[in-house]
Amino acid sequence: MSCSDVSPEGTLPSTVAARFRRAERIERVQGGTDGRGHCRLSVPSISCGKCIGAVERALADCEGVVAARANLTLRQVAITLRDPETDPLPALEKLQARGYPATLLDPAAPADATDSGVASSLLRSVAVAGFGAANIMLLSVSVWAGAEGSARQVFHIVSALIALPVVAYSGRPFFGSALRALKAGRLNMDVPISLGVLLATGLSVFETAMNGRHVFFDAAVVLLFFLLVGRYLDQLMRAKARSAVTSLSRLAARGAMRELPDGTTTYLTLDQLQPDMVLRIAPGERIPVDGCILDGTTDLDRSLVTGEHAPVPAGPNAPVEAGILNLTGAIRMRVIRPAESSFLAEVSRMLAAAEQGRGVYVRIADRAARLYAPVVHLLAALTLVGWVLATGRWYESIFIAISVLIITCPCALGLAVPVVHVAAAGRLFREGIMMKDGSALERLATIDTAVFDKTGTITTGTPVLTGGGPVSPEERAIASALASRSLHPASRAVALGIPASPVAIEQLRETPGCGVEAVVGGRRARLGRPDWVAEIVTGHRTADSTAGSGPAFALESGPLSTFTIAETLRDGTVEAVAAFRAAGMRVELLSGDGKEAAQTIARDIPFDRVAWGATPAQKIARLEELRAEGRHVLMVGDGLNDTAALAAAHVSMAPGSASDAGRLAADFVFTRDSLDAVTGAYRIARRAETLVRQNFGLAILYNCIAIPLAVAGYVTPLLAAIAMSTSSIVVVANSIRPERQPTFRFANHPAQETAG
Amino acid sequence: MSVLALLIPTSIGLGLLGLAAFLWSMRSGQYDDLRGSAERVLDSDDEPLPARAEEKGE
Repeated sequence: MSCSDVSPEGTLPSTVAARFRRAERIERVQGGTDGRGHCRLSVPSISCGKCIGAVERALADCEGVVAARANLTLRQVAITLRDPETDPLPALEKLQARGYPATLLDPAAPADATDSGVASSLLRSVAVAGFGAANIMLLSVSVWAGAEGSARQVFHIVSALIALPVVAYSGRPFFGSALRALKAGRLNMDVPISLGVLLATGLSVFETAMNGRHVFFDAAVVLLFFLLVGRYLDQLMRAKARSAVTSLSRLAARGAMRELPDGTTTYLTLDQLQPDMVLRIAPGERIPVDGCILDGTTDLDRSLVTGEHAPVPAGPNAPVEAGILNLTGAIRMRVIRPAESSFLAEVSRMLAAAEQGRGVYVRIADRAARLYAPVVHLLAALTLVGWVLATGRWYESIFIAISVLIITCPCALGLAVPVVHVAAAGRLFREGIMMKDGSALERLATIDTAVFDKTGTITTGTPVLTGGGPVSPEERAIASALASRSLHPASRAVALGIPASPVAIEQLRETPGCGVEAVVGGRRARLGRPDWVAEIVTGHRTADSTAGSGPAFALESGPLSTFTIAETLRDGTVEAVAAFRAAGMRVELLSGDGKEAAQTIARDIPFDRVAWGATPAQKIARLEELRAEGRHVLMVGDGLNDTAALAAAHVSMAPGSASDAGRLAADFVFTRDSLDAVTGAYRIARRAETLVRQNFGLAILYNCIAIPLAVAGYVTPLLAAIAMSTSSIVVVANSIRPERQPTFRFANHPAQETAG
Repeated sequence: MSVLALLIPTSIGLGLLGLAAFLWSMRSGQYDDLRGSAERVLDSDDEPLPARAEEKGE
């Protein structure tokens, strides 16, 4: 097995080294106060306790690494390096060799630093509220058990001393949010919550000072505790989804090698690239900014940009857009536009515009609050007026009116939505679907139209060998050996389709736009475009250009044979489309690829409508049209060309293999191989919606019982404590009730992400 | 009832102690990786994992 002559164009770049250049790696190592370098790796395949040991042991004796600690929850590894200038490449390569492909996280990336700050401050609030709730409850139980006179007074004072700081500290998340809502002239759930807690505390302080019988400190603090737990879980769910999404980050080019006039090269980050600079792009790299090719020929994979599935050959003067993957040849390109006005940036502008067009979606909880808060506050006011008119005693009337507000404080309503969403997000996460936030789940439950992109969404994006090719095993082995030297998707399909066997190959050469050529046992062998391959068979190029069909293979003056290569449908595509149609939905295919490719795929799947050749703007236009018809559209897509459409749709999903921008724009990201992720997520969303409605029903039922008692003045602190806790527990129990029938037909095999 | 003067401060003091312990454990990063910590308990190696000396074990 020798590759005696491998030209630079034909070499497969070492996967790790190609993804990250040295300068880029070192930029992501941060200096710590201890003089060491620190960096974090995302290692998605850490999935069990054994992996922790394997990863840490692998890194323990790795060049330059002082300490490594794996985090199973986030699937990351924190590494301490000898000093900030140490290159973490050995660590990356070592992990790759052990079967744990790792990517270096960008410390400056949209920080989860603020995120974890919010989470830990919430957790502190939960702890403080829990401490207060437990201690005040102890004292309250003594009062309810019959403490009288000075003992009761002491208990009340101690309760007040605990409750005041606890409410002031733990209530901040609610007070802040309520204030913001009021300033904006809206009502959200936090307004009645804050009002209830503050009034309960205020009334109780007054009662304590007046040596009264009834105080509500326990109600106020326990309420805060329950709600904070719900809010913390919510935050945790989102943080988890976000870290899972960042771990998929496929390192779009963040910089490039600039060629200086004297021929040397230097690494520049994306924002340092200026027009007229000359860049060198190696095979396997993404084009960082818009430009045009100066010299070199190659094949370009434009699938994430335009949705075309077949690579396009390109030579000097061909324009290239940011985000395109350079497949086969090294090229030099001239920068035309800086990063901020490149194609990518244009996409993000369309994205912003599309998001505005989507209109404001009002969460279910906020819609409920808009109805609930005025009713409750009006009720309390009427109670006050009624009691004043009936009895003429102001003090008692105010007490009863406030107790109405306390008992209607929407604890159950506050928990009704987040707990359901956290439970649903957990189920989705286990099935390999990441949900960005709860509102996405609510929106997904309301869809009546599904629009799919083709390349990378309905198809896996990687073509596979379906047949054809030479018959003799020797020739097949030679074809496979040739194919394994090329990055071209068709070659990869051939290489994967034929089991590899050692073949001596010499003078390997890849001609972009044509194929791979080598000398095997003294004969030339070619794999590539049929007319180009035919050259070595017949001695001249045949006029018959059947580009578009599969690659051909031939040995010099031997017979020519053609491989058949097809895009593969994702598992479960037919079932998913059928399931949506059975549910009465309209299902459309909206592809950026050519007519033939779209129709071939659509032949076996009963779409309501098939559109091809759609530009990003046309995709948005189609979504606008559907919205104008009053439809709620689910958009499933992956490419840069889908990004704006993903943002414009009512709700959107993207596979984990999508472009970075696509994943950021989508509400859901799934790493399942099968498309049943879409129908499965829809079913979970529908069930979540049902549960939320049930919870609202339970909360209303509770209020129907509690409000008359409160208005009639029968509510004591003991009754309030029992009623409020019971309603919360019933709602939580209903939310986490397990479901009987399974949602997914296919087992979850998370797609192995490799950066492309 | 004078026993209350002792009991109430004691109970609250213990509660505060618990709260302080929780906040400390939070700050020292013990809640950063709950799943990982659960699995680490089962790791049969008694040596600290990132020991540079043990090269041959693999």
